[in-house]
Amino acid sequence: MSSFDRTISTEDVLKRRSSLLQRMHIDGWLLLILLLLGVGSLFVLYSASGRHWDLLAKQASSFGIGVVAMIVIAQFEPRFMARWVPLAYVIGVSLLLVVEVMGHTAMGATRWINIPGVIRFQPSELMKIIMPATIAWYLSRHNLPPRLKHVVISLALIVVPFALIAKQPDLGTSLLILASGAFVIFIAGLPWRWMLGAIAASVPVAVGMWYFILHDYQKRRVHTFLDPESDPLGSGWNIIQSKAAIGSGGVFGKGWLLGTQSHLDFLPESHTDFIIAVLSEELGLVGVSLLLLVYLLLIARGLVITVQAQTLFGKLLAGGLTMTFFVYVFINIGMVSGLLPVVGVPLPFISYGGTHMVTLLSSFGILMAIQTHRKWIAQA
Amino acid sequence: MPQPIRLKDHEKDARVVRNRVLVGAVGILALTLVLFARMYYLQVIQYDYHSTLSENNRVHVQPIPPNRGLIYDRNGVIIADNRPSFSLTLTRERAGDWETVLDTVVEVLALTPEDRELFEKRLRQGRRPFEPVPIYFELSEEQIARIAVNQFRLPGVDVAAQLVRHYPLREHFAHSVGYVGRINEQELKTLDPVNYSGTHHIGKTGIERFYEDELHGEVGYEEVETNARGRVLRVLNRTDPKPGKDLQLTLDTQLQEAAEQALGGRRGAIVALEPSTGEVLAMVSQPSFDPNPFVTGISFKAYAELRDSIDRPLYNRVLRGLYPPGSTIKPVVAVAGLDAGVVTPSTRVFDPGFYQLPNYDHKYRNWNRSGDGWVDLRLAIARSNDTYFYDLAHKMGIDRLHDYMTRFGLGQRVSLDMYEETAGLMPSRDWKRGRYKQAWFPGETIILGIGQGYMQVTPLQLAQATSLVATHGKWIRPHLAKSLDNEPPVDPDPIPDIKLRDDRFWDYARQGMEEVMHGERGTARKVGNSAVYRIAGKSGTAQVVAIRQGERYNSAALAERHRDHALFVAFAPADDPKIVVAAMVENGESGSGVAAPVVKQVIDAWLLGEDGQLKPEFRPALPMAEQKSDRPHE
Repeated sequence: MSSFDRTISTEDVLKRRSSLLQRMHIDGWLLLILLLLGVGSLFVLYSASGRHWDLLAKQASSFGIGVVAMIVIAQFEPRFMARWVPLAYVIGVSLLLVVEVMGHTAMGATRWINIPGVIRFQPSELMKIIMPATIAWYLSRHNLPPRLKHVVISLALIVVPFALIAKQPDLGTSLLILASGAFVIFIAGLPWRWMLGAIAASVPVAVGMWYFILHDYQKRRVHTFLDPESDPLGSGWNIIQSKAAIGSGGVFGKGWLLGTQSHLDFLPESHTDFIIAVLSEELGLVGVSLLLLVYLLLIARGLVITVQAQTLFGKLLAGGLTMTFFVYVFINIGMVSGLLPVVGVPLPFISYGGTHMVTLLSSFGILMAIQTHRKWIAQA
Repeated sequence: MPQPIRLKDHEKDARVVRNRVLVGAVGILALTLVLFARMYYLQVIQYDYHSTLSENNRVHVQPIPPNRGLIYDRNGVIIADNRPSFSLTLTRERAGDWETVLDTVVEVLALTPEDRELFEKRLRQGRRPFEPVPIYFELSEEQIARIAVNQFRLPGVDVAAQLVRHYPLREHFAHSVGYVGRINEQELKTLDPVNYSGTHHIGKTGIERFYEDELHGEVGYEEVETNARGRVLRVLNRTDPKPGKDLQLTLDTQLQEAAEQALGGRRGAIVALEPSTGEVLAMVSQPSFDPNPFVTGISFKAYAELRDSIDRPLYNRVLRGLYPPGSTIKPVVAVAGLDAGVVTPSTRVFDPGFYQLPNYDHKYRNWNRSGDGWVDLRLAIARSNDTYFYDLAHKMGIDRLHDYMTRFGLGQRVSLDMYEETAGLMPSRDWKRGRYKQAWFPGETIILGIGQGYMQVTPLQLAQATSLVATHGKWIRPHLAKSLDNEPPVDPDPIPDIKLRDDRFWDYARQGMEEVMHGERGTARKVGNSAVYRIAGKSGTAQVVAIRQGERYNSAALAERHRDHALFVAFAPADDPKIVVAAMVENGESGSGVAAPVVKQVIDAWLLGEDGQLKPEFRPALPMAEQKSDRPHE
């Protein structure tokens, strides 16, 4: 296998330089950018948490665990993954059903499976990877672009977990899962006119959801989003405060650790979902732009991997994961800056929290697998 | 062989994906630019606005509520003070799941679900984010201890000390002084948000409401650095609040209690005025209620009990109770008739027991069916002769009668500082046209002469009209405030004094009223006989249910609550009036029999010392007057 790698690396300048990484199935670019984000995240979190070393240590160890998971996942060849995708989907949906029936409730939502002393996790997190993989697996079995039948079946596959998660209720995650499946269909070449039709059809669906499905707290969020000042006591408070934090940062920011909003506890959830406000306040427009640039680099690399992938499954999965990653970024920053309703979506790699860190790094592990197993597949 | 086909498809697939990735990349770039634009908008274009906002967050201006002014009676007895009280506050934002916290509070303090409902209602009235809202008042030592022990289960719950209004005399002044209560949403809209930023209570009724501005004071400030949880980190600057002005009332606690005793548990109203000053000495509306529960928020059940009680303790009979004045208005009508020139003191009318308009069948009955024979003005008052006043009113006509009655304050608010007062009604042609779209009938004028018909007055108006007879038309609006920070209240809208053609007209009316009490045929001579001073009085009855033509009033056949109200007005001493009293005894039936003794008891309490003689300050300087006060000894 190693001799085989060497013959290929002669064709590729980058690969030649990082032959060791190549052998470990690690994509150098992705790793570099992710490490950059990981380290940067610790700095922002240190400030946002009020110089909380414990939080920092936890975040660092989550990141470490995530990187290990990423590297482990990168070792699997994509075709092997594809084989297990249907089973994973079935298990994932079953777990969601288990949550529905006997899940652990916390803070008004049933999201966890809790086996005391053993494990406590959210099956919806697993779905974030299984969902695009399932659609990619399904659509890659047929020629592109997908026919109507395939699109309908794909949508059915998406709707089941989406509905189960939305019912928990966890609007943020369910939307992310919907997006991750939808992006795969999009990359597979879903005809534009169907997309327009779907958008037109979604208006009455949205109206129906408003009256029959959305929980009161979700409706309130939409209300608050439309006019945050109307409810300055409740969730509007978050948006007003976060906008004040961001805006008061100006171009260059108040300086690291010098943000008044976060340090005087004005910012709600300043170290989790709203961490971009701390970053914006302390590092200003310059800091935010740099972060956006790093995200764009990561996404660019993901899209390059998508285009270079040699199996259709790999292409669709890589593209879906990359675009979903951008949805994280867009929803989170859009929400904190008052562009979008408040939904619980963390800022990738920056927000405090172990689960989303491991999930995201795992998905990048899949990207690495798709990229690094490429030549081997080509030879076969 | 599928191989070549797959290869061909593979290329097409790659092309499709590459195109879509390109579109996706453009979309991502565009949306990233949207985010950048948003950040640019917030951080560059709106920078000034947001940096001010964030500065404001850091330095909070915290209001310090002023202490409410105290209220005393005319002798310095405290009627309303402020008592330190411990209350339970909840800061919703700090409580997390505040509903659970409320449950815990109810459990820890062993309260009822009803209390919990009240808590929720109060929480909804919170005004600012992170404002600790008081939800439960007057914590006992034990309750404070229980909260302290369970503090770990009660995030956002604090025990706060504050001054709370207290009425030590309880129900005695509930209808005059009124009470304060928690500021409600409606009041919030009209209040000065700055001055009331630290205040939780506001005057709801009576004096507390009328003098709210003076009693409240001015808010103080404390500039503090806080975090968003409202935790004060440091006090930067402090401006002390200006306490509200203390208020001395004209009311006399002892007289008030004496008047309540005089009513003796019956439902009714009593007003006592000092005619020379317009000061209200006592103001009784019975039954009354304890205002203290209203301060901290009365429970639904207790309030419903008060509201639905058939005795209507919340009803202010002095200021809001409207009654036809009945015969008590006769002295005033007499004065009007004299001044209008329709009668002279010596005009006589023959009373056969009824009065009839020329060409009409309808008989207007005198209360005494057998008739009083020839009566002049003095006797007409003394006997309360209806026929005489039917005739007088008919001669005057509604227009002149309306004008005179209005000058005596009927049909308008007469008080200076009583928030609840209603205007009552003095009918006129215009009023009837507007109200019933009908012309005025002569018969309606006739019954106005004996205080019946459309006319409706409050006990306060009755007292004031009587006071005008006592003072020869000197108008001073009745008022409850004696001094505000040693300044007497000023009437912004004084009513002109009543000037008669001949000042002696007043004396004729007064003499008639003295005859009521002391004359041989006076209707209240039994009460007048026991007095050690001369009283001028007049009785009256106010019908509760109408009596048809030809029907007789039969007390036994009427339900107790449908019996007539007994009225009585009086001033004393008759030649130098020091006190005017108007009394209304609900369903008391007889003005001279039931209401007159009540009035006399009140006047006694004011004028007589412990020895049963006039107090030295009321003894007339003139020897001639002295003779009068000696009379009972004969």
